[in-house]
Amino acid sequence: MSKANLNRRKDQLFGYFGIFATLIGLLLLALFIFQIVSDGIGRLDWDFIKNLPSRKWEKAGILPAWTGTLWIFVLTAIVVIPVGVGAGVYLEEYAKKGRLSNLLEINISNLAGVPSIIYGIIGLQIFVRFMKLGGVLLAGAFTLALLILPIIIVATREAIKAVPKSIKEAAYGLGATKWQTIWTQVLPIASANIITGVILALARAIGETAPLIVIGALAYVPFVAKTPMDEFTVLPMQIFNWVSRPQQGFLLNAAAAILVLLMFVFVLNGAAVYLRNRSRKKFGL
Amino acid sequence: MKKTNKFNLGLMALFSAAVLFTSCGGDGGSTENNGTATDGAAMEISIDGSSTVFPITEAVAEEYRAEAKDVRVTVGVSGTGGGFKKFSRGETDISDASRPIKDEEAATCKENGISYIELSVAYDGLAVIINPENDWLKSITVAELKKIWEPSAKGTIMNWNQIRPEWPNEKIELYGPGTASGTFDYFTEAIVGESGSCRADFNASEDDNILVTGVAGNKYALGFFGLAYFEENQNKLKLVAVDGGKGAVTPSQASVMDGTYAPLSRPLFIYVNSKAAAKDHVVKFVEYYLENAGDLANEVGYISMKPEEYTAQKTKFADFLKTLGAPATAQ
Amino acid sequence: MSKLISIRQKETLIKGFLFACAAITLLTTLGIIWVLLSESYYFFQKVAIIDFLTDTEWTPLFTEKHFGIMPLLTGTLLTTVIALLVALPLGLSIAIYLNEYAPKGFRKAVKPLLEILAAVPTVVYGFFALVVVTPFLQSIWPSISGFNSLSAGIVMGIMIIPFISSLGEDALFAVPNTLRQASYGMGATRLQTSFRVLIPSASSGIIASIILAFSRAIGETMIVAVAAGQQPQLTLDPTVPIQTITSYIVQVSSGDVQHGSLEYNTIFAAGLALFVFTFVLNNISFWINKKYRQEYE
Repeated sequence: MSKANLNRRKDQLFGYFGIFATLIGLLLLALFIFQIVSDGIGRLDWDFIKNLPSRKWEKAGILPAWTGTLWIFVLTAIVVIPVGVGAGVYLEEYAKKGRLSNLLEINISNLAGVPSIIYGIIGLQIFVRFMKLGGVLLAGAFTLALLILPIIIVATREAIKAVPKSIKEAAYGLGATKWQTIWTQVLPIASANIITGVILALARAIGETAPLIVIGALAYVPFVAKTPMDEFTVLPMQIFNWVSRPQQGFLLNAAAAILVLLMFVFVLNGAAVYLRNRSRKKFGL
Repeated sequence: MKKTNKFNLGLMALFSAAVLFTSCGGDGGSTENNGTATDGAAMEISIDGSSTVFPITEAVAEEYRAEAKDVRVTVGVSGTGGGFKKFSRGETDISDASRPIKDEEAATCKENGISYIELSVAYDGLAVIINPENDWLKSITVAELKKIWEPSAKGTIMNWNQIRPEWPNEKIELYGPGTASGTFDYFTEAIVGESGSCRADFNASEDDNILVTGVAGNKYALGFFGLAYFEENQNKLKLVAVDGGKGAVTPSQASVMDGTYAPLSRPLFIYVNSKAAAKDHVVKFVEYYLENAGDLANEVGYISMKPEEYTAQKTKFADFLKTLGAPATAQ
Repeated sequence: MSKLISIRQKETLIKGFLFACAAITLLTTLGIIWVLLSESYYFFQKVAIIDFLTDTEWTPLFTEKHFGIMPLLTGTLLTTVIALLVALPLGLSIAIYLNEYAPKGFRKAVKPLLEILAAVPTVVYGFFALVVVTPFLQSIWPSISGFNSLSAGIVMGIMIIPFISSLGEDALFAVPNTLRQASYGMGATRLQTSFRVLIPSASSGIIASIILAFSRAIGETMIVAVAAGQQPQLTLDPTVPIQTITSYIVQVSSGDVQHGSLEYNTIFAAGLALFVFTFVLNNISFWINKKYRQEYE
């Protein structure tokens, strides 16, 4: 076989492997979803969504849990997006390349690997005790924000790196200041890839249990949190709690709660993907 | 371009609002645990601690909602140790505990000016469980259990017939609670003689449902976990009668309650903070707890104490309150 | 003139704010190091560092106490390596496939679907590993134990695929078209273009995504806590129960152990060990990345 034909054959084979790899991923996802749906869909009804937790599994519901998850999501997003993007912008655009910026970069990669429970312990010391917030939503949001900050910073940096320098130079050439360039040119173009990082990061945050337990998320909360200074619980906690109960009915409840959490995540992902597609289309990258 | 700008601006505005909000919302009065209910918000009782005791406390809190609509009871599951830590700092009113408070924990309470009362609320039966296909094991003595579980058994006592020669020559698959749990401490102390004294090569899990799956899936398995988990899975598991020296006793609600199933029944506790006990709504809650713990414990899978034992606890609590009333104990 | 000055002031203010954001990461690390060091100080007062590093058993909660970190460390490494062995080939192949081979519509649809894999709560993954993957593996190799690192590792790998596939695809997407066209113009196949031109050009982003995926795996708690077991063992055998540093920390901090005791402080010593270990690895990978990074335009 000629070299060219060999290359073509390799190319084709890889194409098949690529499809195969992609399909495995999708297949596993489908397997998950199917299992969870079949376990949980029977239990999912309006009562389940608006009831408070109970020792009787038929009466137990997830009202405090899903409202808590919603709160945590919003608060964490509000805190982490500006800080994460801001830090990424600083590190990529403003920081002088050198020892300090190297250290910061390594530091951030390191932070991404710290187990979530350690963040919980930090959050307890700093936000709950030192800042006297107590075991409330805001403390939980701050803690989770610290946890997912590295992901957003890394995604922002890589997104900014991918913006062609010619665009920045053109803006400077027209007399724009550094910040004007970043705000009006670089960030909009980079926003697509930043959003990818934000999606991955926030999805992780709302699935976390361990750090929230440490800072004081509760397992039994007979009310819906109304302010960021309220005590709270979240869906993963409720799931984790139910999964270890002896009564089989609670396992059904857990499956239904998982379904709700997944639907939540779907909606999030969908919204972010929509934004990302629009952004890519607009800037024709 | 405009839309993205607006979106980002909106985020910045919200962020600044959050920051401003935090700086002036440092100690939200209505959610602090040790404040009195003078600001008009709901009265709170904050409980934390053992995840073993949690189902009982949850049940009591749930029923209490009907009794006192304006009292908010919240319950956490930080673990007995974590619960005591918070309790000793005055961050919680009541601590759920599956073991008695340790000396060092008590000392920390004293350092922080917190006195407390220990109240027993129910029993937890620890059952020895086997697979339904296990037809050779009907009852086992504590000495035999010790032989299986003691530290020197690791790597040496591996097969059933090393305990009694008539048993099969097959590997015993051991399942038990995780080493950080009160259940593990209690079992090892009762069977081997010292808390934490145990062979290190067994299948451990904090989630008893996983242990159920393990034992149910293996003919040669032997496990120990809460009786409640047997009762919910009776078609998959089989109980073993335990001979603590007075004949083999099968664990059941009755045998745990009257104490004949020994040594594997353990008491569950709540600890009440003296500062909390000074508040009327907490006192009423604790009294309600002691009044109803028996029935509710049975409902959630634990075992009620005898009525006279509850009366004794109520008296204990009443006496504690009297000592608080005395001026000499003012903090 | 006055307008120019205020713009400059605004620029300085903004730079200051951005710096503060970046500084938060440094503060976080300092906070973590402070907590880990100050709490494990109590631990190291009672346990010699040499024992900590060389003992082959980890049994702090038993009466005969051993404090060797190696079993936990090998447990962590074993599960992480298995996860990467699953995620790297699959993730990279998917990234390349979506970027160069797949029609646009397919890419648009599939990429967000795969991202959902990263969003499934880890508790769910843990039980999936325990209740579906392990029995499946046992049907092929019956000697696999009910708790093992292979199941947990495989499922962790599945979870981190999107880190490599999505972020990697983003990086490949951003490579300037001029390079692509040049490569095709010379007659290269998609495979050759991907491996010889695009990947080197996008290496910064791809390596960043791999590092992120690796970090995610090494810090993962729930999947290993549920499916890998709670039996610290110094072994490289993926079919037996082990325990990772993260799962041990969760087990003890949420259990009934007395806070402040030697047994409790072991979690800080273990956390410190993990932190130091990942720090060393991150340093190494940073320098490797820097050496091979290429810049275009």
